[in-house]
Amino acid sequence: MIRLDTVTKRYPGGQEALSGLSLAVDKGEMLFITGHSGAGKSTLLRLIALIERPTSGQVIVDGQNTRRVKRRKIPAYRRHIGMVFQDHKLLYDRPVSDNVALPLVIAGVGHRDAGRRVRAALDQVGLLHKEKQRPETLSAGEQQRVGIARAIVTRPKLLIADEPTGNLDPDLSLEVMRIFRRFNEVGVTLLIASHDLSLIDRMGCRRVALENGRLAREEEEEGVSWQ
Amino acid sequence: MAVTRHSDAVAPVRSSGPLATWLTRHVSTSIGSLGRLFRQPFASLMIVLVIAVTLAIPAALNLVVKNARSISDGWDNALDFSIYLKRGLPETEAQKLAGLIEQRADVESVQLITASKALEEFKQQSGFGQALDHLTENPLPHTLVVRPGAANTSQSMILLHEELGNLPEADIVQVDTEWVQRFHAILDIVRQAIVFGASLLGIAIIVIIGNTIRLDIQNRREEIEVTKLIGASNAFVRRPFLWSGFWYGLFGGLLALALVQYGLFLLEQPAARLAGLYQSGVTVLALTPEESLSILGIGIALGLVGSWFAAARHMRRIEPR
Repeated sequence: MIRLDTVTKRYPGGQEALSGLSLAVDKGEMLFITGHSGAGKSTLLRLIALIERPTSGQVIVDGQNTRRVKRRKIPAYRRHIGMVFQDHKLLYDRPVSDNVALPLVIAGVGHRDAGRRVRAALDQVGLLHKEKQRPETLSAGEQQRVGIARAIVTRPKLLIADEPTGNLDPDLSLEVMRIFRRFNEVGVTLLIASHDLSLIDRMGCRRVALENGRLAREEEEEGVSWQ
Repeated sequence: MAVTRHSDAVAPVRSSGPLATWLTRHVSTSIGSLGRLFRQPFASLMIVLVIAVTLAIPAALNLVVKNARSISDGWDNALDFSIYLKRGLPETEAQKLAGLIEQRADVESVQLITASKALEEFKQQSGFGQALDHLTENPLPHTLVVRPGAANTSQSMILLHEELGNLPEADIVQVDTEWVQRFHAILDIVRQAIVFGASLLGIAIIVIIGNTIRLDIQNRREEIEVTKLIGASNAFVRRPFLWSGFWYGLFGGLLALALVQYGLFLLEQPAARLAGLYQSGVTVLALTPEESLSILGIGIALGLVGSWFAAARHMRRIEPR
């Protein structure tokens, strides 16, 4: 699903966020990226979302080389990827349902169809009863679930999440991870950047550790129950 | 207008037909922009008012010129004819002819300027006094100045002109139109000046709307970033701002029409009194439907151009970080 081939990202000023990183994520996989802040986790996700472009190397997402995605085609490219952010990035001037509907509005889905999909997405994150509320009246965990509902409402094949549990307490974090796991079970590929090692341990998925923009270690844990 | 590309609709999401999608998007965006305007009624009203006044001023001036022109066209009917009689016609004959013409129903009065009197005036006014003394015979003819009656239409004026010209005693019949032509020339200059002034005001409207939209874009910077992050194109994020410009222009145009109509209402009474004093059928000309529509159209066009400039300039710079 995702392949990075000796990717280097150097910021103006010479600081290197990623140095010759190679990495592959299979279709239907749920992969965690770990590492200290500054290790390059966010940069990796930003390259995949085409918020930034690599200084050198290739990033191939779903068979498409991001280098060949022209500037004006970036919006269409991003619509194939669900994105979840640490700070949720919700729009606070409109109700939950409108926030979740936004990707559908952008894609030009009809009103009735969109309403149905929004309710289905909110149902999946357990927030159907709060669809009329404003995001600021919700708890941090609920806001993050709204962000997840928005990311999956277009049914993307790939979902990337940058520290999705960064602001949540352990119970809420586990709840969010359970939601992610459910999507993974229906075939969505997930790439999650997190530094919450104990939580990741409980999930029993492959994880990749970054250190100074390089691969630190890769481990696979099979059969560890996360429930 | 924003060009919507339908081809880049997301694959996993099934979109309805391109035209339906396009329409739905625009209808919902336009209503959304309208709602946003009404949520800040005072700020919106100020901008609409500025646009309205800026549109109303040239529209009103244009109306003044139009009315002046129509009134002065009416004056053509009150023009004097000068009949230069054939030379050698005795003064008694000329006097008889003057009496005859004066009896016509469509003539108010006739004044005879005899050849000798005309020469006398010419000597005094031209400055050739001494030289003219050497003339052995008077080169000037007798002249009848005919003032037509007020009831004449331009049709009957043409008829009168013709009949006077056909008189056997008449040499040349001249209509005294020069000053009306001068007046029309002045009106043309004024009209040109209005067009020029209106163009400047139009630029002012573009700047005002552009600046308003720019502030709006800055206030919604975060929202634009988020929408772009989840896949909105430039056209998508631009669309609500173009609609805001459209609404500003439309409401500004409507208010401008209302202002002009109110001005006409205020002028109606004095104009009727003036017309009464002149015993003429002068009425104030209002805006025609075409003129009203073009004021609205110009308002909308300026709104769109202003918001387009602002959106094109500032939207590209806002990218997710």
